[in-house]
Amino acid sequence: MAFTPTKETYSGKVYSVAIGTGDGPVTFGGENVLPFHSFEGATPNKPVIAFEIQDVPPSDWPENVRKPFESVSGDPVTWAKYCQDELKAAAIALRLVGTHPDRENRSPEDAAKTVKDVLAAIKVPLIILGSNHAEKDSPVLVAASGAAKGGNCVIGKAQEANYKTIAAAAMANNHKLIAMSELDINLSKQLNILITQMGFEKERLITDPMCSALGYGLEYTYSVMERIRLAALTQNDTTMQPPMLGDIGMYVWKVKETQAPESDLPHWGSLEERGIAWEAVTAVGLLVAGAEFLIMRHPKAVAEVQKTIEELI
Amino acid sequence: MLIIGEKLSIIAKRVREAMLKKDKGPIQEIATRQWKEGSGIIDANIGPAEDGGEDLMQWMVTAIQEVVPLPVCLDTTNAKAIEAGLKVHNNQWGRPLINSTSNDPERFPILELGAKYNSQVIGLTVGKGGLPADAGERAAIAADIMARAMEYGVPLEDLYLDPLVLQIATSQDHARKVIEAVKMFQEMNDPAMKTVVGLSNISNGCPKHIRPILNKYYFLMLMNAGLTSAIADAHEMAEAMKEKKLFDDVLAGKTIDDAAKMTEIKKTIDVIMGNTLYAHSYLEM
Repeated sequence: MAFTPTKETYSGKVYSVAIGTGDGPVTFGGENVLPFHSFEGATPNKPVIAFEIQDVPPSDWPENVRKPFESVSGDPVTWAKYCQDELKAAAIALRLVGTHPDRENRSPEDAAKTVKDVLAAIKVPLIILGSNHAEKDSPVLVAASGAAKGGNCVIGKAQEANYKTIAAAAMANNHKLIAMSELDINLSKQLNILITQMGFEKERLITDPMCSALGYGLEYTYSVMERIRLAALTQNDTTMQPPMLGDIGMYVWKVKETQAPESDLPHWGSLEERGIAWEAVTAVGLLVAGAEFLIMRHPKAVAEVQKTIEELI
Repeated sequence: MLIIGEKLSIIAKRVREAMLKKDKGPIQEIATRQWKEGSGIIDANIGPAEDGGEDLMQWMVTAIQEVVPLPVCLDTTNAKAIEAGLKVHNNQWGRPLINSTSNDPERFPILELGAKYNSQVIGLTVGKGGLPADAGERAAIAADIMARAMEYGVPLEDLYLDPLVLQIATSQDHARKVIEAVKMFQEMNDPAMKTVVGLSNISNGCPKHIRPILNKYYFLMLMNAGLTSAIADAHEMAEAMKEKKLFDDVLAGKTIDDAAKMTEIKKTIDVIMGNTLYAHSYLEM
Protein backbone atom coordinates (compact mmCIF):
# COMPACT_ATOMS: atom_id res chain seq x y z
CA MET A 1 0.00 0.00 0.00
CA ALA A 2 1.29 3.43 -0.89
CA PHE A 3 2.19 5.82 1.87
CA THR A 4 -0.27 8.68 2.28
CA PRO A 5 0.92 11.50 4.49
CA THR A 6 -1.58 12.85 7.00
CA LYS A 7 -2.65 16.30 5.94
CA GLU A 8 -3.69 19.25 8.07
CA THR A 9 -6.04 21.83 6.68
CA TYR A 10 -5.67 25.40 7.82
CA SER A 11 -8.28 28.14 7.98
CA GLY A 12 -5.90 31.04 7.42
CA LYS A 13 -3.33 32.23 4.93
CA VAL A 14 -0.24 34.42 5.07
CA TYR A 15 -0.48 37.61 3.01
CA SER A 16 1.79 37.68 0.01
CA VAL A 17 3.81 40.86 -0.13
CA ALA A 18 5.42 42.15 -3.33
CA ILE A 19 8.26 44.64 -3.07
CA GLY A 20 10.21 46.62 -5.66
CA THR A 21 9.14 47.91 -9.08
CA GLY A 22 9.53 47.38 -12.80
CA ASP A 23 11.23 44.19 -13.87
CA GLY A 24 12.71 43.49 -10.46
CA PRO A 25 9.85 42.99 -7.97
CA VAL A 26 9.93 39.99 -5.64
CA THR A 27 7.13 38.41 -3.68
CA PHE A 28 7.17 36.42 -0.46
CA GLY A 29 4.49 34.94 1.80
CA GLY A 30 1.18 33.77 0.37
CA GLU A 31 1.25 30.25 1.76
CA ASN A 32 -1.67 28.60 3.53
CA VAL A 33 0.45 25.94 5.22
CA LEU A 34 3.21 25.74 7.81
CA PRO A 35 6.74 26.36 6.52
CA PHE A 36 7.80 23.80 3.90
CA HIS A 37 4.53 21.84 4.25
CA SER A 38 3.95 22.22 0.51
CA PHE A 39 2.30 18.79 0.44
CA GLU A 40 -0.60 20.17 2.48
CA GLY A 41 -1.45 23.21 0.40
CA ALA A 42 -0.05 26.13 -1.53
CA THR A 43 3.38 27.68 -1.08
CA PRO A 44 3.35 30.05 -4.06
CA ASN A 45 6.50 31.94 -3.09
CA LYS A 46 9.87 30.98 -1.70
CA PRO A 47 11.41 32.87 1.20
CA VAL A 48 13.44 35.87 0.04
CA ILE A 49 16.91 36.79 1.26
CA ALA A 50 18.13 40.39 1.17
CA PHE A 51 21.81 41.29 1.40
CA GLU A 52 22.56 43.78 4.15
CA ILE A 53 24.63 46.87 3.32
CA GLN A 54 25.25 50.05 5.33
CA ASP A 55 25.39 53.77 4.72
CA VAL A 56 28.82 53.89 6.37
CA PRO A 57 31.77 51.46 6.04
CA PRO A 58 31.23 48.32 8.17
CA SER A 59 34.01 49.01 10.66
CA ASP A 60 32.01 47.21 13.34
CA TRP A 61 31.60 43.97 11.36
CA PRO A 62 34.02 41.13 12.17
CA GLU A 63 36.81 40.68 9.66
CA ASN A 64 35.46 37.50 8.10
CA VAL A 65 32.23 39.11 7.00
CA ARG A 66 33.89 42.43 6.12
CA LYS A 67 36.38 40.74 3.79
CA PRO A 68 33.99 39.68 0.98
CA PHE A 69 32.94 43.33 0.62
CA GLU A 70 36.37 44.89 1.19
CA SER A 71 36.68 46.57 -2.18
CA VAL A 72 33.11 47.87 -2.36
CA SER A 73 31.91 48.67 1.16
CA GLY A 74 33.45 52.16 1.23
CA ASP A 75 30.50 53.43 -0.76
CA PRO A 76 26.89 52.22 -0.38
CA VAL A 77 26.10 52.57 -4.08
CA THR A 78 29.09 50.46 -5.15
CA TRP A 79 28.29 47.98 -2.40
CA ALA A 80 24.65 47.69 -3.47
CA LYS A 81 25.57 47.21 -7.13
CA TYR A 82 28.12 44.56 -6.21
CA CYS A 83 25.48 42.59 -4.27
CA GLN A 84 23.01 42.89 -7.13
CA ASP A 85 25.35 42.23 -10.06
CA GLU A 86 27.99 39.89 -8.67
CA LEU A 87 26.16 38.12 -5.85
CA LYS A 88 22.78 38.09 -7.65
CA ALA A 89 21.02 39.47 -4.58
CA ALA A 90 17.23 39.21 -4.70
CA ALA A 91 16.97 42.39 -2.65
CA ILE A 92 19.20 44.90 -0.86
CA ALA A 93 18.71 45.96 2.76
CA LEU A 94 20.30 49.33 3.42
CA ARG A 95 20.87 49.90 7.11
CA LEU A 96 21.30 53.57 7.94
CA VAL A 97 23.40 52.77 10.96
CA GLY A 98 25.48 55.92 10.43
CA THR A 99 22.51 58.01 11.58
CA HIS A 100 22.76 56.65 15.13
CA PRO A 101 23.62 59.45 17.57
CA ASP A 102 26.42 57.33 19.04
CA ARG A 103 27.88 56.63 15.60
CA GLU A 104 28.43 59.18 12.83
CA ASN A 105 25.12 60.86 13.74
CA ARG A 106 24.34 61.49 10.07
CA SER A 107 21.40 63.75 9.40
CA PRO A 108 18.05 62.65 7.94
CA GLU A 109 18.93 64.67 4.82
CA ASP A 110 22.22 62.77 4.39
CA ALA A 111 20.37 59.51 4.89
CA ALA A 112 17.77 60.50 2.31
CA LYS A 113 20.50 61.24 -0.22
CA THR A 114 22.12 57.84 0.32
CA VAL A 115 18.72 56.19 -0.14
CA LYS A 116 18.10 58.10 -3.36
CA ASP A 117 21.53 57.22 -4.77
CA VAL A 118 21.28 53.53 -3.91
CA LEU A 119 17.72 53.25 -5.22
CA ALA A 120 18.73 54.87 -8.52
CA ALA A 121 21.62 52.45 -8.95
CA ILE A 122 19.76 49.13 -8.47
CA LYS A 123 16.89 47.25 -10.05
CA VAL A 124 16.21 44.85 -7.19
CA PRO A 125 13.93 45.91 -4.31
CA LEU A 126 15.31 48.05 -1.52
CA ILE A 127 14.72 47.63 2.21
CA ILE A 128 15.49 50.78 4.20
CA LEU A 129 16.36 50.27 7.85
CA GLY A 130 17.06 52.84 10.55
CA SER A 131 19.76 52.54 13.16
CA ASN A 132 17.35 51.07 15.72
CA HIS A 133 17.42 54.27 17.75
CA ALA A 134 13.69 54.74 18.34
CA GLU A 135 13.86 58.53 18.54
CA LYS A 136 16.30 59.19 15.68
CA ASP A 137 14.68 56.63 13.40
CA SER A 138 11.55 58.77 13.18
CA PRO A 139 13.02 61.73 11.23
CA VAL A 140 15.49 59.48 9.39
CA LEU A 141 12.86 57.07 8.10
CA VAL A 142 10.42 59.86 7.31
CA ALA A 143 13.07 61.48 5.11
CA ALA A 144 14.13 58.14 3.64
CA SER A 145 10.53 57.19 2.82
CA GLY A 146 10.07 60.41 0.92
CA ALA A 147 13.36 59.97 -0.93
CA ALA A 148 12.31 56.49 -2.00
CA LYS A 149 8.79 57.45 -3.08
CA GLY A 150 7.58 55.24 -5.89
CA GLY A 151 10.15 52.54 -5.14
CA ASN A 152 7.71 50.21 -3.33
CA CYS A 153 10.39 49.74 -0.70
CA VAL A 154 10.23 48.19 2.77
CA ILE A 155 10.64 50.73 5.60
CA GLY A 156 11.76 49.55 9.02
CA LYS A 157 11.48 49.30 11.79
CA ALA A 158 8.36 50.73 13.36
CA GLN A 159 8.30 50.04 17.08
CA GLU A 160 5.86 50.83 19.87
CA ALA A 161 7.72 54.07 20.65
CA ASN A 162 7.80 55.50 17.11
CA TYR A 163 5.32 53.66 14.90
CA LYS A 164 3.01 56.61 14.32
CA THR A 165 5.40 58.82 12.35
CA ILE A 166 7.11 55.95 10.54
CA ALA A 167 3.88 54.22 9.55
CA ALA A 168 2.42 57.53 8.36
CA ALA A 169 5.51 58.16 6.18
CA ALA A 170 5.44 54.62 4.76
CA MET A 171 1.75 54.99 4.03
CA ALA A 172 2.11 58.42 2.38
CA ASN A 173 4.88 57.15 0.10
CA ASN A 174 3.29 53.81 -0.66
CA HIS A 175 5.92 51.57 0.92
CA LYS A 176 5.71 48.36 2.91
CA LEU A 177 6.47 48.51 6.64
CA ILE A 178 8.28 46.34 9.17
CA ALA A 179 6.63 46.30 12.62
CA MET A 180 9.02 45.17 15.33
CA SER A 181 8.26 44.18 18.89
CA GLU A 182 10.57 42.63 21.41
CA LEU A 183 10.03 38.88 21.62
CA ASP A 184 6.46 39.05 22.89
CA ILE A 185 3.71 37.57 20.76
CA ASN A 186 0.95 39.56 22.42
CA LEU A 187 2.79 42.86 21.94
CA SER A 188 3.55 41.88 18.35
CA LYS A 189 -0.15 41.44 17.69
CA GLN A 190 -0.93 44.67 19.53
CA LEU A 191 1.55 46.67 17.42
CA ASN A 192 0.07 45.29 14.19
CA ILE A 193 -3.39 46.28 15.44
CA LEU A 194 -2.26 49.80 16.37
CA ILE A 195 -0.62 50.33 12.98
CA THR A 196 -3.64 49.09 11.07
CA GLN A 197 -5.91 51.26 13.21
CA MET A 198 -4.04 54.22 11.72
CA GLY A 199 -5.33 53.16 8.32
CA PHE A 200 -2.22 51.25 7.23
CA GLU A 201 -3.29 48.13 5.35
CA LYS A 202 -2.35 44.92 7.10
CA GLU A 203 -1.53 43.39 3.73
CA ARG A 204 1.41 45.81 3.52
CA LEU A 205 2.93 44.89 6.87
CA ILE A 206 5.87 42.65 7.71
CA THR A 207 6.15 41.36 11.28
CA ASP A 208 9.54 41.32 12.98
CA PRO A 209 9.18 39.52 16.31
CA MET A 210 12.87 40.35 16.97
CA CYS A 211 15.67 38.07 15.94
CA SER A 212 18.37 36.40 18.01
CA ALA A 213 21.39 34.28 17.13
CA LEU A 214 21.87 30.57 17.66
CA GLY A 215 22.97 30.09 21.25
CA TYR A 216 21.74 33.54 22.26
CA GLY A 217 18.00 33.11 22.57
CA LEU A 218 17.18 31.73 19.12
CA GLU A 219 14.66 29.43 20.79
CA TYR A 220 12.66 32.47 21.99
CA THR A 221 12.45 33.93 18.49
CA TYR A 222 11.65 30.47 17.15
CA SER A 223 8.83 29.97 19.61
CA VAL A 224 7.27 33.40 19.04
CA MET A 225 7.45 32.95 15.25
CA GLU A 226 5.95 29.50 15.46
CA ARG A 227 3.05 30.72 17.58
CA ILE A 228 2.46 33.71 15.29
CA ARG A 229 2.28 31.39 12.29
CA LEU A 230 -0.06 28.98 14.08
CA ALA A 231 -2.36 31.87 15.05
CA ALA A 232 -2.36 33.02 11.42
CA LEU A 233 -3.09 29.59 9.98
CA THR A 234 -5.13 27.69 12.55
CA GLN A 235 -7.06 30.57 14.14
CA ASN A 236 -7.27 32.67 10.98
CA ASP A 237 -6.00 35.64 12.99
CA THR A 238 -5.67 38.33 10.34
CA THR A 239 -3.47 40.51 12.54
CA MET A 240 -0.87 37.75 12.52
CA GLN A 241 -0.98 37.00 8.79
CA PRO A 242 1.70 39.39 7.51
CA PRO A 243 4.94 37.61 6.52
CA MET A 244 7.72 37.54 9.11
CA LEU A 245 11.23 38.93 8.95
CA GLY A 246 14.40 37.38 10.33
CA ASP A 247 17.01 40.14 10.59
CA ILE A 248 19.76 37.57 10.96
CA GLY A 249 23.09 39.20 10.14
CA MET A 250 23.28 41.88 12.77
CA TYR A 251 22.55 39.40 15.54
CA VAL A 252 24.83 36.61 14.36
CA TRP A 253 27.93 38.68 13.58
CA LYS A 254 28.30 40.04 17.06
CA VAL A 255 28.34 36.79 19.06
CA LYS A 256 31.49 35.18 20.34
CA GLU A 257 31.23 32.16 18.05
CA THR A 258 31.59 34.34 14.93
CA GLN A 259 34.55 36.28 16.32
CA ALA A 260 36.70 34.20 18.69
CA PRO A 261 39.99 33.38 16.87
CA GLU A 262 41.22 29.82 16.40
CA SER A 263 44.35 30.69 18.34
CA ASP A 264 42.22 31.16 21.48
CA LEU A 265 39.77 28.31 20.82
CA PRO A 266 41.42 25.74 18.53
CA HIS A 267 38.75 23.12 19.33
CA TRP A 268 36.08 25.40 17.83
CA GLY A 269 37.62 24.99 14.39
CA SER A 270 38.05 27.43 11.50
CA LEU A 271 36.69 30.86 12.41
CA GLU A 272 35.66 31.65 8.86
CA GLU A 273 33.65 28.45 8.42
CA ARG A 274 32.23 28.79 11.90
CA GLY A 275 30.87 32.29 11.25
CA ILE A 276 29.29 31.27 7.95
CA ALA A 277 27.77 28.17 9.52
CA TRP A 278 26.45 30.22 12.45
CA GLU A 279 24.64 32.63 10.16
CA ALA A 280 23.30 29.86 7.89
CA VAL A 281 22.05 27.69 10.76
CA THR A 282 20.36 30.60 12.50
CA ALA A 283 18.67 31.53 9.22
CA VAL A 284 17.44 28.02 8.43
CA GLY A 285 16.17 27.69 11.99
CA LEU A 286 13.99 30.75 11.55
CA LEU A 287 12.79 29.65 8.12
CA VAL A 288 11.53 26.47 9.74
CA ALA A 289 9.84 28.58 12.43
CA GLY A 290 8.00 30.55 9.75
CA ALA A 291 10.11 33.48 8.53
CA GLU A 292 9.49 34.35 4.87
CA PHE A 293 11.99 37.16 4.57
CA LEU A 294 15.63 37.26 5.75
CA ILE A 295 18.31 39.92 5.96
CA MET A 296 21.80 38.38 5.91
CA ARG A 297 25.42 39.35 5.46
CA HIS A 298 27.88 36.65 4.34
CA PRO A 299 27.60 35.59 0.66
CA LYS A 300 28.50 31.99 1.47
CA ALA A 301 25.89 31.79 4.23
CA VAL A 302 23.29 33.22 1.86
CA ALA A 303 24.25 30.64 -0.79
CA GLU A 304 23.89 27.79 1.72
CA VAL A 305 20.47 28.97 2.87
CA GLN A 306 19.36 29.49 -0.72
CA LYS A 307 20.38 25.92 -1.50
CA THR A 308 18.44 24.62 1.50
CA ILE A 309 15.34 26.52 0.38
CA GLU A 310 15.59 25.03 -3.11
CA GLU A 311 15.90 21.55 -1.64
CA LEU A 312 12.94 21.95 0.72
CA ILE A 313 10.44 23.59 -1.61
CA MET B 1 -19.42 31.90 46.42
CA LEU B 2 -17.19 33.34 49.08
CA ILE B 3 -15.53 36.65 48.19
CA ILE B 4 -12.33 37.46 50.04
CA GLY B 5 -12.00 41.24 49.77
CA GLU B 6 -8.68 42.02 48.09
CA LYS B 7 -8.41 45.75 48.65
CA LEU B 8 -6.30 45.82 51.84
CA SER B 9 -3.04 45.09 50.09
CA ILE B 10 0.33 46.69 50.66
CA ILE B 11 0.58 47.08 46.89
CA ALA B 12 -2.04 49.85 47.01
CA LYS B 13 -0.41 53.19 47.84
CA ARG B 14 -3.13 54.43 50.16
CA VAL B 15 -3.11 51.18 52.14
CA ARG B 16 0.68 51.08 52.30
CA GLU B 17 0.81 54.62 53.68
CA ALA B 18 -1.85 53.85 56.27
CA MET B 19 0.10 50.74 57.34
CA LEU B 20 3.30 52.78 57.69
CA LYS B 21 1.63 55.48 59.74
CA LYS B 22 -0.57 52.99 61.61
CA ASP B 23 -3.52 55.13 60.57
CA LYS B 24 -6.65 53.06 61.16
CA GLY B 25 -8.94 55.43 59.26
CA PRO B 26 -8.32 54.29 55.66
CA ILE B 27 -7.96 50.62 56.68
CA GLN B 28 -11.31 50.60 58.47
CA GLU B 29 -13.01 52.56 55.73
CA ILE B 30 -11.86 50.11 53.05
CA ALA B 31 -12.68 47.08 55.21
CA THR B 32 -16.17 48.41 55.88
CA ARG B 33 -16.79 49.11 52.21
CA GLN B 34 -15.74 45.61 51.19
CA TRP B 35 -17.99 44.10 53.84
CA LYS B 36 -20.97 46.14 52.57
CA GLU B 37 -20.17 45.12 49.01
CA GLY B 38 -20.45 41.46 49.94
CA SER B 39 -17.04 40.22 51.08
CA GLY B 40 -17.20 37.27 53.46
CA ILE B 41 -13.57 37.53 54.54
CA ILE B 42 -11.20 40.51 54.46
CA ASP B 43 -7.72 39.85 53.07
CA ALA B 44 -4.89 41.57 54.95
CA ASN B 45 -1.89 41.50 52.61
CA ILE B 46 1.11 42.97 54.40
CA GLY B 47 3.70 41.69 51.90
CA PRO B 48 6.85 39.87 53.09
CA ALA B 49 6.88 42.11 56.22
CA GLU B 50 10.32 41.06 57.36
CA ASP B 51 10.63 43.92 59.85
CA GLY B 52 7.85 44.49 62.34
CA GLY B 53 5.55 42.02 60.60
CA GLU B 54 4.15 40.66 63.85
CA ASP B 55 3.04 44.05 65.13
CA LEU B 56 1.73 45.06 61.74
CA MET B 57 -0.42 41.95 61.32
CA GLN B 58 -1.85 42.25 64.84
CA TRP B 59 -2.63 45.89 64.21
CA MET B 60 -4.31 45.06 60.88
CA VAL B 61 -6.44 42.22 62.26
CA THR B 62 -7.55 44.32 65.21
CA ALA B 63 -8.25 47.41 63.11
CA ILE B 64 -10.36 45.42 60.65
CA GLN B 65 -12.32 43.45 63.23
CA GLU B 66 -13.08 46.56 65.30
CA VAL B 67 -15.43 47.71 62.56
CA VAL B 68 -16.29 44.64 60.51
CA PRO B 69 -17.84 41.41 61.87
CA LEU B 70 -15.86 39.19 59.50
CA PRO B 71 -12.85 36.86 59.70
CA VAL B 72 -9.52 37.95 58.26
CA CYS B 73 -7.33 36.26 55.65
CA LEU B 74 -3.75 36.61 56.89
CA ASP B 75 -1.72 37.17 53.76
CA THR B 76 2.07 37.24 54.12
CA THR B 77 5.08 34.97 53.67
CA ASN B 78 6.18 35.80 57.25
CA ALA B 79 5.03 32.86 59.42
CA LYS B 80 5.67 34.74 62.67
CA ALA B 81 3.45 37.58 61.50
CA ILE B 82 0.73 35.06 60.70
CA GLU B 83 0.96 33.51 64.15
CA ALA B 84 0.85 36.95 65.76
CA GLY B 85 -2.29 37.73 63.74
CA LEU B 86 -3.92 34.43 64.67
CA LYS B 87 -3.38 35.18 68.39
CA VAL B 88 -5.50 38.32 68.27
CA HIS B 89 -8.00 37.16 65.65
CA ASN B 90 -11.59 37.36 66.91
CA ASN B 91 -13.02 33.96 66.03
CA GLN B 92 -16.47 35.13 67.07
CA TRP B 93 -16.77 36.49 63.49
CA GLY B 94 -15.64 33.24 61.90
CA ARG B 95 -12.44 31.26 61.56
CA PRO B 96 -9.38 32.89 60.08
CA LEU B 97 -7.84 31.91 56.73
CA ILE B 98 -4.09 31.71 56.16
CA ASN B 99 -2.65 32.69 52.79
CA SER B 100 -0.70 30.43 52.17
CA THR B 101 1.15 27.13 52.27
CA SER B 102 2.58 25.55 49.11
CA ASN B 103 4.94 22.79 48.02
CA ASP B 104 7.91 24.92 49.01
CA PRO B 105 9.41 23.41 52.21
CA GLU B 106 9.74 26.91 53.65
CA ARG B 107 5.96 27.16 53.62
CA PHE B 108 5.29 23.81 55.36
CA PRO B 109 5.27 25.32 58.90
CA ILE B 110 2.21 27.33 57.89
CA LEU B 111 0.25 24.08 58.23
CA GLU B 112 1.39 23.75 61.84
CA LEU B 113 -0.14 27.14 62.53
CA GLY B 114 -3.31 26.08 60.78
CA ALA B 115 -3.66 23.05 63.04
CA LYS B 116 -2.63 24.87 66.22
CA TYR B 117 -5.08 27.76 65.78
CA ASN B 118 -7.88 25.80 64.13
CA SER B 119 -7.52 28.00 61.07
CA GLN B 120 -8.36 27.41 57.43
CA VAL B 121 -5.41 27.38 55.05
CA ILE B 122 -4.90 28.22 51.37
CA GLY B 123 -2.64 25.75 49.54
CA LEU B 124 -1.00 27.42 46.55
CA THR B 125 -0.15 24.72 44.01
CA VAL B 126 3.40 25.78 43.26
CA GLY B 127 6.66 24.21 44.32
CA LYS B 128 10.02 25.72 45.03
CA GLY B 129 11.07 25.71 41.39
CA GLY B 130 9.21 27.02 38.38
CA LEU B 131 5.53 27.49 37.77
CA PRO B 132 3.29 24.50 37.10
CA ALA B 133 3.08 23.80 33.36
CA ASP B 134 -0.55 22.68 33.22
CA ALA B 135 -3.61 21.55 35.17
CA GLY B 136 -2.11 18.08 35.73
CA GLU B 137 0.99 19.48 37.42
CA ARG B 138 -1.20 21.69 39.55
CA ALA B 139 -3.24 18.65 40.62
CA ALA B 140 -0.08 16.66 41.43
CA ILE B 141 1.14 19.46 43.70
CA ALA B 142 -2.34 19.70 45.21
CA ALA B 143 -2.15 15.99 46.11
CA ASP B 144 1.17 16.59 47.90
CA ILE B 145 -0.27 19.54 49.81
CA MET B 146 -3.38 17.52 50.78
CA ALA B 147 -1.27 14.65 52.11
CA ARG B 148 0.89 17.07 54.07
CA ALA B 149 -2.15 18.89 55.48
CA MET B 150 -3.47 15.62 56.90
CA GLU B 151 -0.05 14.81 58.32
CA TYR B 152 0.06 18.19 60.10
CA GLY B 153 -3.53 17.84 61.32
CA VAL B 154 -5.33 20.28 59.05
CA PRO B 155 -8.62 18.66 57.92
CA LEU B 156 -9.11 18.65 54.15
CA GLU B 157 -12.34 20.62 54.49
CA ASP B 158 -10.24 23.46 55.92
CA LEU B 159 -7.91 23.50 52.93
CA TYR B 160 -8.53 25.81 49.94
CA LEU B 161 -6.57 24.81 46.83
CA ASP B 162 -5.29 27.75 44.76
CA PRO B 163 -4.25 26.93 41.15
CA LEU B 164 -2.39 30.26 40.77
CA VAL B 165 -3.93 32.60 38.23
CA LEU B 166 -1.32 34.12 35.89
CA GLN B 167 -1.50 37.24 33.74
CA ILE B 168 -3.39 36.73 30.51
CA ALA B 169 -1.20 39.37 28.82
CA THR B 170 1.90 37.23 29.20
CA SER B 171 0.71 33.69 29.99
CA GLN B 172 -2.49 33.36 28.03
CA ASP B 173 -2.52 29.56 27.89
CA HIS B 174 -2.68 29.37 31.69
CA ALA B 175 -6.09 31.06 31.83
CA ARG B 176 -7.68 27.91 30.52
CA LYS B 177 -5.39 25.58 32.47
CA VAL B 178 -6.47 27.23 35.73
CA ILE B 179 -10.12 26.57 34.88
CA GLU B 180 -9.25 22.92 34.23
CA ALA B 181 -7.32 22.76 37.49
CA VAL B 182 -10.30 24.08 39.47
CA LYS B 183 -12.37 21.23 38.04
CA MET B 184 -9.68 18.66 38.78
CA PHE B 185 -9.14 19.84 42.36
CA GLN B 186 -12.80 19.22 43.23
CA GLU B 187 -12.52 15.62 42.12
CA MET B 188 -9.64 14.97 44.44
CA ASN B 189 -11.78 14.38 47.51
CA ASP B 190 -15.33 13.61 48.56
CA PRO B 191 -16.78 16.02 49.63
CA ALA B 192 -15.18 18.15 46.91
CA MET B 193 -12.07 20.12 47.78
CA LYS B 194 -12.56 23.84 48.26
CA THR B 195 -10.87 26.13 45.77
CA VAL B 196 -9.74 29.74 45.71
CA VAL B 197 -8.07 32.05 43.18
CA GLY B 198 -6.35 35.41 43.27
CA LEU B 199 -8.69 36.58 40.55
CA SER B 200 -7.48 40.03 39.53
CA ASN B 201 -4.06 38.76 38.56
CA ILE B 202 -5.65 37.59 35.31
CA SER B 203 -5.83 41.20 34.11
CA ASN B 204 -2.65 42.47 35.71
CA GLY B 205 -0.68 44.38 33.06
CA CYS B 206 -3.76 44.94 30.87
CA PRO B 207 -5.15 48.41 30.02
CA LYS B 208 -7.24 49.82 32.84
CA HIS B 209 -10.53 49.85 30.95
CA ILE B 210 -10.47 46.15 30.09
CA ARG B 211 -9.41 44.92 33.56
CA PRO B 212 -12.95 44.75 35.02
CA ILE B 213 -14.21 43.01 31.87
CA LEU B 214 -11.60 40.26 32.06
CA ASN B 215 -12.03 39.97 35.84
CA LYS B 216 -15.80 39.61 35.66
CA TYR B 217 -16.03 37.07 32.87
CA TYR B 218 -13.10 35.03 34.12
CA PHE B 219 -14.83 34.93 37.48
CA LEU B 220 -18.04 33.67 35.89
CA MET B 221 -16.16 30.99 33.94
CA LEU B 222 -14.42 29.83 37.11
CA MET B 223 -17.73 29.89 38.94
CA ASN B 224 -19.23 27.64 36.28
CA ALA B 225 -16.26 25.33 36.82
CA GLY B 226 -17.20 25.05 40.49
CA LEU B 227 -14.92 27.60 42.16
CA THR B 228 -15.63 28.00 45.90
CA SER B 229 -14.06 31.38 46.60
CA ALA B 230 -12.07 34.22 45.11
CA ILE B 231 -9.76 36.90 46.44
CA ALA B 232 -11.30 39.69 44.43
CA ASP B 233 -12.94 43.09 44.27
CA ALA B 234 -16.36 42.46 45.86
CA HIS B 235 -17.95 45.34 43.98
CA GLU B 236 -16.73 43.98 40.64
CA MET B 237 -17.95 40.49 41.49
CA ALA B 238 -21.38 41.82 42.42
CA GLU B 239 -21.46 43.43 38.97
CA ALA B 240 -20.44 40.09 37.47
CA MET B 241 -23.32 38.34 39.21
CA LYS B 242 -25.76 40.80 37.64
CA GLU B 243 -24.45 39.77 34.22
CA LYS B 244 -24.37 36.05 34.93
CA LYS B 245 -27.55 35.22 33.06
CA LEU B 246 -26.44 37.15 29.96
CA PHE B 247 -23.05 35.50 30.16
CA ASP B 248 -24.49 32.00 30.47
CA ASP B 249 -26.82 32.67 27.55
CA VAL B 250 -23.92 33.73 25.33
CA LEU B 251 -21.91 30.75 26.50
CA ALA B 252 -24.82 28.49 25.53
CA GLY B 253 -24.84 30.01 22.04
CA LYS B 254 -27.97 32.11 22.47
CA THR B 255 -28.39 35.59 21.04
CA ILE B 256 -28.92 38.32 23.60
CA ASP B 257 -30.57 41.71 23.00
CA ASP B 258 -27.51 43.77 23.83
CA ALA B 259 -25.30 43.14 20.77
CA ALA B 260 -22.34 45.12 22.09
CA LYS B 261 -22.40 43.20 25.35
CA MET B 262 -22.66 39.93 23.46
CA THR B 263 -19.56 40.76 21.39
CA GLU B 264 -17.67 41.78 24.50
CA ILE B 265 -18.54 38.52 26.25
CA LYS B 266 -17.74 36.38 23.21
CA LYS B 267 -14.37 38.00 22.57
CA THR B 268 -13.43 37.71 26.21
CA ILE B 269 -14.38 34.04 26.34
CA ASP B 270 -12.28 33.51 23.21
CA VAL B 271 -9.13 35.04 24.70
CA ILE B 272 -9.62 33.20 28.00
CA MET B 273 -10.06 29.88 26.23
CA GLY B 274 -7.13 30.61 23.90
CA ASN B 275 -9.25 30.61 20.74
CA THR B 276 -7.82 34.00 19.81
CA LEU B 277 -4.45 35.43 20.63
CA TYR B 278 -4.59 38.07 23.35
CA ALA B 279 -3.64 41.66 22.55
CA HIS B 280 -4.46 44.75 24.61
CA SER B 281 -6.89 45.85 21.88
CA TYR B 282 -8.63 42.47 21.57
CA LEU B 283 -12.06 44.01 22.10
CA GLU B 284 -11.53 46.39 19.18
CA MET B 285 -10.80 43.65 16.67
